[in-house]
Amino acid sequence: MESTITNEVFLQKLTDKFGDAIISSVDDYGMLTVTADSSKNIEILNYLYDEPSLQVQFMTDLTGVHYPEQELAFCVVYHLHSLVNNYRVRFKFFIGGEIPTIASATSVYATANWMERETYDFFGIIFEGHPDLRRILNVDEMVAFPLRKEFPLEDPNRIDKKDYYFGR
Amino acid sequence: MVNIEKAPEGIEGPGFMATNLDQVIGLARKNSLWPLPFATSCCGIEFMATMASTYDFSRFGSERPSFSPRQADLLMVMGTIAKKMAPVLRQVYEQMAEPKWVIAVGACASSGGIFDTYSVLQGIDEVIPVDVYVPGCPPRPEQIIDGFLRIQDLAANEPLTRRSSEEYKRLLAKYDMK
Amino acid sequence: MSHIELANSEVKETTTLNLGPTHPATHGVFQNVLEVDGERIMSAEPTIGYIHRAFEKLAEHRPFYQITPITDRLNYCSSPINNLGWHMTVEKLLKLQTPKRVDYMRIVVMELARISDHLICNSILGVDTGAFTGFLYVFQQREKIYDIFEEICGARLTTNIGRIGGFERNWNENVFKKLDQFMIEFPKVWKEFEGLFNRSRIFMDRTIGTGPISAERALNYGFTGPNLRAAGVDYDVRVHTPYSSYEEFEFDIPVGQHGDTYDRFMVINGEVWESLKIIEQAIDKIKKEPADIYHAEASHVYLPKKKEVYTSMEALIYHFKIIMGEINAPAGEIYHAVEGGNGELGFYLISDGGRTPYRLHFRRPSFIYYQAYPEMIKGGLISDAIVTMSSLNVIAGELDA
Repeated sequence: MESTITNEVFLQKLTDKFGDAIISSVDDYGMLTVTADSSKNIEILNYLYDEPSLQVQFMTDLTGVHYPEQELAFCVVYHLHSLVNNYRVRFKFFIGGEIPTIASATSVYATANWMERETYDFFGIIFEGHPDLRRILNVDEMVAFPLRKEFPLEDPNRIDKKDYYFGR
Repeated sequence: MVNIEKAPEGIEGPGFMATNLDQVIGLARKNSLWPLPFATSCCGIEFMATMASTYDFSRFGSERPSFSPRQADLLMVMGTIAKKMAPVLRQVYEQMAEPKWVIAVGACASSGGIFDTYSVLQGIDEVIPVDVYVPGCPPRPEQIIDGFLRIQDLAANEPLTRRSSEEYKRLLAKYDMK
Repeated sequence: MSHIELANSEVKETTTLNLGPTHPATHGVFQNVLEVDGERIMSAEPTIGYIHRAFEKLAEHRPFYQITPITDRLNYCSSPINNLGWHMTVEKLLKLQTPKRVDYMRIVVMELARISDHLICNSILGVDTGAFTGFLYVFQQREKIYDIFEEICGARLTTNIGRIGGFERNWNENVFKKLDQFMIEFPKVWKEFEGLFNRSRIFMDRTIGTGPISAERALNYGFTGPNLRAAGVDYDVRVHTPYSSYEEFEFDIPVGQHGDTYDRFMVINGEVWESLKIIEQAIDKIKKEPADIYHAEASHVYLPKKKEVYTSMEALIYHFKIIMGEINAPAGEIYHAVEGGNGELGFYLISDGGRTPYRLHFRRPSFIYYQAYPEMIKGGLISDAIVTMSSLNVIAGELDA
């Protein structure tokens, strides 16, 4: 099924409304990826929800990425979908600092609740306004955030793995 | 003539048979082991296939899978045990009454499997003593049945005093259990 | 206070009931702490993570082929769909086009996997309401599906099926014989299974009206797949963003009305019939294509033939690099979604040009359904909660990843 919105039209509407908050956009592999200012994320979500010509009213996914070499080291990625217009779009918001923080999307989408808890559990990103931000998949006593690049994959307390056999 | 099970060796006479109590109890135990299917992931689906009609697990005496540990003899751990799940597994094991056996089905239960990560317990024998390991990812139903037959051998040949012996107590003490 | 005063007093005491993580019936390990007033559920507090195996962290350390066995273990009732979805994601990144015959073969495998997932879901729903016969009867047919998978790739459950660009070997005539046999036998069995449940008074009384969710709430929660279709929204990834040549096939999308357990059961029943239609069309289309094509021409990612490895230098080098996982993927970000057994399964892949992904995230439908579960069972009875849980088709491996 074809989409009734094109990437150019979508980007135009966004830049008309938000101007400088839209930092950059990429369009390869067909899906538009918009990088925007992280302070405006809820405004953008609400605008896309309410705008009658766009009707982006479905949140497919919410996750995070860690880029340790960059200054704004964490990125929150939203995948949104307009079922009516058959249009998918990706938004990336870069945040940084000791304790990266961004506003929570639970006011717009109920599905963001657990997705933000998972992103907090993996990266340590704080979502302001989240009703119940605590760990969801890892044990509650864990202090580190495992999907950050510096965290090791394997269990550090294992005593029976001989490094010699694993080429280390 | 129907061959159900071989009788233990003993002295027979008109109306009586004298044999070892161990062997009789072992025979009764091995053919009526009630399993507790502790199925966590993919091996659990292979266990469902084993329980179903094509492979029919209840042929071997485990007609009644019990989900209450207090009524089960055999703890079948099938699937990955994460570190979050380990205390639950230990609690379930401690609730079972003696004599009890444990079979670790699948690579994840035996040694952590392909998941050498920070959140997966590298083998359930870090928290409970295991009697039989069934390797495979997932093991075929025939392999699970083979593991179960090994448990039957253990149950048939176990001396009656094993559970109160010093050696068994030392094994439990290794896991900080009484 | 006298008995009558006690009974009429406003103060109600609720009981806390722990449901899980060790469930009877093999649903998987997730926990729910329920506040119940008698038998009626006032609120529920779910806890997950009891089988968190860190797939996403693991995927950052494995080359692209070694991630396929990891995707197997997501929705392990229908692993071929996960495998092929991952291969399609990588092919999208590499901008690799697969030949039509490969697409049709993939469709046959994916629809068989969907049937096997739906068989488990509905027969276990039957077991939870007390009807064990359906489970035993239908599992015999699942063994036939496992036979077909074994003939194609060698494994029953965690299939690791296919390669990037196609399949590892061509299908021999045994596969087609078994498929034809399955297509003759299975519809009769499924009709009998439906006859046991669809109009059974007891089953209908247990499932109609239990665990309802409206279409608006379902969309806000991010529902997809049979659970959303049971609420009335006809969204199917195979129709809206077709992949692997699904646009050439004719099939309907069964849709329910109330979003309760009975609707979910009937939608899944209908989907099995649609899958059978698709498999029939796909087998016809495969027979019309040249019979020796089973993979794309992509020598840098698909293992070359052994004859060439022994004689040609490039083939030897490619063979070595592919096996050791030293092939670098181009940099880029891909989101690819497939219609999994229980909903839209998405793969979000960020590649930085190395031999392993920089970040791989799985958009897991079970994670989303379980989030809505407390809202769906509120106000119902405990037995309704059990029935709702099985109809949602929440697979623990996919829930925790």
